[in-house]
Amino acid sequence: MKAVKQKHIEEIQNIVKEGRVLIDKSDRFSYSFDGSFGTFLPDAVIQTKSVEELAALVKLANREQIPVYPRGQSTSLSGGPLPVKGGLVFDLSVMNDVLEIYEEDLVAVVSPGVLTSAVHQAAEQRGLMYPPDPSSSHVSTIGGNLAENSGGPRGLKYGVTKDYVIGLEVITPEGEIIKTGGKTVKNVTGYDLTKLIVGSEGTLGIITKAILRLIPKPVASATVMAVFNSLVDAGSAISKILSAGILPSKMELMDQSSITAVENYEPLGLPTEAEAIILIELDGHPLALEDEVKKINELCHSVGAEEIRIPKNKAEEAEIWRARKLVSPAIVRIKPTKISEDATVPRSKIPQMCQRLQEIRDKYNIHLVVFGHAGDGNLHPNIICDKNDKEEMRRVEQAVAEIFTTAVELGGTLSGEHGIGLMKAPFMEMELGTAGLEMMKRIKKVWDPNNIMNPGKIFPEPGQKLELS
Amino acid sequence: MKQTLEQLKEELQYEKTNACVQCGYCLPVCPTYMTMGKETHSPRGRINLIKMVGEGKITDLSVLEEPMNMCLGCRACETACPTGVQYGSLLEAARAAIVKRKTFSVPVRLLRNAMFKKVFPSRQAMTLTGNAVWLYEKSGVRKAAHKSGMTNKLPYHLGAFEAVMPQAVSPKERKKTPDRIKAKGEKKYTVAFFTGCIMDAMFQRINRLSIELLAEAGCDVVVIQKQTCCGALHAHSGEMEEAKRLAKQNIAAFEEENVDFVVNNAGGCGAMLYEYGHLLASDQEWAARASAFSEKSKDISEVLISCGGLPNLRSKRKERVTYQRSCHMTNVQKVTKQPVELLKSISGVQLIEMERADMCCGSAGIYNIVNYDASMEILDEKMKDTKATGASVVVTTNPGCLLQMKLGIERENLSQSVRALHLIEYLAETAGIS
Ligand SMILES: Cc1cc2nc3c(=O)[nH]c(=O)nc-3n(C[C@H](O)[C@H](O)[C@H](O)COP(=O)(O)OP(=O)(O)OC[C@H]3O[C@@H](n4cnc5c(N)ncnc54)[C@H](O)[C@@H]3O)c2cc1C
Ligand code: SF4
Ligand code: SF4
Repeated sequence: MKAVKQKHIEEIQNIVKEGRVLIDKSDRFSYSFDGSFGTFLPDAVIQTKSVEELAALVKLANREQIPVYPRGQSTSLSGGPLPVKGGLVFDLSVMNDVLEIYEEDLVAVVSPGVLTSAVHQAAEQRGLMYPPDPSSSHVSTIGGNLAENSGGPRGLKYGVTKDYVIGLEVITPEGEIIKTGGKTVKNVTGYDLTKLIVGSEGTLGIITKAILRLIPKPVASATVMAVFNSLVDAGSAISKILSAGILPSKMELMDQSSITAVENYEPLGLPTEAEAIILIELDGHPLALEDEVKKINELCHSVGAEEIRIPKNKAEEAEIWRARKLVSPAIVRIKPTKISEDATVPRSKIPQMCQRLQEIRDKYNIHLVVFGHAGDGNLHPNIICDKNDKEEMRRVEQAVAEIFTTAVELGGTLSGEHGIGLMKAPFMEMELGTAGLEMMKRIKKVWDPNNIMNPGKIFPEPGQKLELS
Repeated sequence: MKQTLEQLKEELQYEKTNACVQCGYCLPVCPTYMTMGKETHSPRGRINLIKMVGEGKITDLSVLEEPMNMCLGCRACETACPTGVQYGSLLEAARAAIVKRKTFSVPVRLLRNAMFKKVFPSRQAMTLTGNAVWLYEKSGVRKAAHKSGMTNKLPYHLGAFEAVMPQAVSPKERKKTPDRIKAKGEKKYTVAFFTGCIMDAMFQRINRLSIELLAEAGCDVVVIQKQTCCGALHAHSGEMEEAKRLAKQNIAAFEEENVDFVVNNAGGCGAMLYEYGHLLASDQEWAARASAFSEKSKDISEVLISCGGLPNLRSKRKERVTYQRSCHMTNVQKVTKQPVELLKSISGVQLIEMERADMCCGSAGIYNIVNYDASMEILDEKMKDTKATGASVVVTTNPGCLLQMKLGIERENLSQSVRALHLIEYLAETAGIS
């Protein structure tokens, strides 16, 4: 890897005609962070809407072995866009002007800087739906979602980003512009490079266009809130519902610490004495919904639910979902630093995972809050701490490591949706095994022989450890 | 100036940056991020720069200067922020730290001194300014200046504002503004009216109408002579000591009368008054008095609604109206419903909310004067949304916004079909008070 020199900057400035090259200190520092930890200063930040200019820049970077980091809006929680080895940050959020909906094909064509919420809106205006719904969707770019294979509450029923991408335009690390897939849902021509790029966290190339699949928007929805006196019972209720042939669109869990935190933040009348609540959203035909709500009511009672609340109108429904939305902001009022993990386990292991998390909490004496997309096993154990307290942070590091090990032991994974990035790289081998990781490294080597595309991510450096303090 | 990092941290209120988790939730609401298109001009970016200085990673404070100067201080980011980052305090602290270390060129220093320490705080000087505006108009100089194209040569693009300056009040009329006026009908509250330096100098008429409407709604109104400028322009420019001095003067002045509320009609001043408690929180002698004052401080729309609104508001013809919110009223005072309620109570009026209604118009104190081009880019965005409503009246609740929206209308060549008015002017018009 080589350093960026003045002559490189000049060459870059000559290539970038349609956009701008930022080299001031204030600008470089402003692209040195993401939603996780650490500050890494890039040498220059490039903003251009021109795919050709970007491709030319990648060619230059590849020739000179200068690192390149694709970046959306830097909401990554795993260090994905951080310029860890200096070099060039490509701010792709500026590529936000293509958003075409093809109603007859049930397809959307988008440029990477379009906000996820803009895709949602455009689809909905035509009675369609783009299901992946990360909670950051009003800020995150679709390019970032594709690179991280993001998901959200609706993942339970509808799947995640990768289930809705059928074609891409990509600049390879050698500066070639290629197209993968196309506008048809069925496509078996050769290897599925689309799916390889999705979730590759910007390490295999830069996504410059995407073809997304849309579905008709469900006509109605209904919400149920179930209150439990035991976290494990709540876990059982989730399994019961899912095995009774009901597939809710969302199924979210909040444990006692998150309920209390929300109530302290904004009193919404939540049951603070309960050990857990589950929030369920169903969608589909109104008649079917009525029936399913009844069934859920019975099932929850049969496993010992304390109370079932069914909102009487849309306002009450919104109130219930507001509670879930407020968990994140509410818990950081306890202590300033939030380590947001998203270890995920098979659905049937949710009660066990809940149990183990409580043990980890007590063992390391940390403030652990559990909430998240319980229906698909994607819990969000969040550790609330203070990064200025070095001793506490060391305990947190150990607890995080143990959460990962536990998830993998239970047949789950390090990350359900936030990605590996920088933070989780040290744990890759534990989940994938030496050979599994080696295959991934080989793929990377073939795509990116000079290792210029988002280096330092996914694959651990020798001796790399999780460092939060 | 030699000092330790610890001192600098304290000066910048570094610990407040820890509340920022860099989630980016503030990006979509920040007008300067939208128009300037880089993180350097986003709330998250600005907070990060302050953090970097506090951590010693940036040692040269001048790196902060442009990003902090280009911030509107509209504080939409605070409303959007899920973790409650106190951006307003961070911005003020950063600006104060920059100002403290900066050696302004002699003319700029003299001008800053004169404006901040002599003109804004002095009622006499501001009255004089008001009178000068009047003289400028009446003497025909305005016309002559217009004709000769001289207005284009005014510094800081002041020429652009020339066309939208309000009709000034003559010195004689100015004197006529009463000190005390009695409630019409049953008395509901006793209130003290906060005149505000710019409002008083340039929008005397709106102040007079405000007092009349308050009386109409059932308030005994007093105008306290010893009051002074609220200090907002000082605080936003990093002149914190002067801001505190003015705050104390106002608090003491208003303590002399026993009133239910201190009423203002300018969103920007109102926000400053609302924050006196905060501003003087670490001043033992003043903290309690300041928060007592802040609690009493209300926007006029709040008080009119508390009085039960105004009866019989009627517009002469059916009119489409849109409301350009004052950022400081929305994001600091959190007064959002009352102006809308008042507008909806006027018969014959159809209120059409614009897209991005909460977005700043780009006026932001004196931002439109010192950062003219940046401000106009934001105004152009605002005018797109304004035009889309098809409204013929744009209502505002702050003098700066009022001038800016007038300027926007002028720039779009819409002055034949669209008017910008202060809420008070429109209420008075539809109540039949002139
Ligand atoms: C408060 C909060 C809540 C969140 N909630 C969720 C959630 O519910 N579900 C979820 O899945 N995630 C969530 N996230 C994480 C984050 O929002 C997502 O990972 C999102 O997809 C990142 O998008 P971005 O535009 O910010 O990308 P960035 O953070 O800028 O980049 C993310 C990664 O994508 C790469 N990249 C970006 N654009 C491109 C491109 N065009 N081509 C190639 N690579 C690219 C970058 O190199 C980086 O590795 C949350 C984050 C926050 C702060
Ligand atoms: S919304 Fe708040 S916490 Fe998030 S980046 Fe902006 S200021 Fe920081
Ligand atoms: S105060 Fe306004 S302009 Fe300044 S950072 Fe916040 S939202 Fe942006």
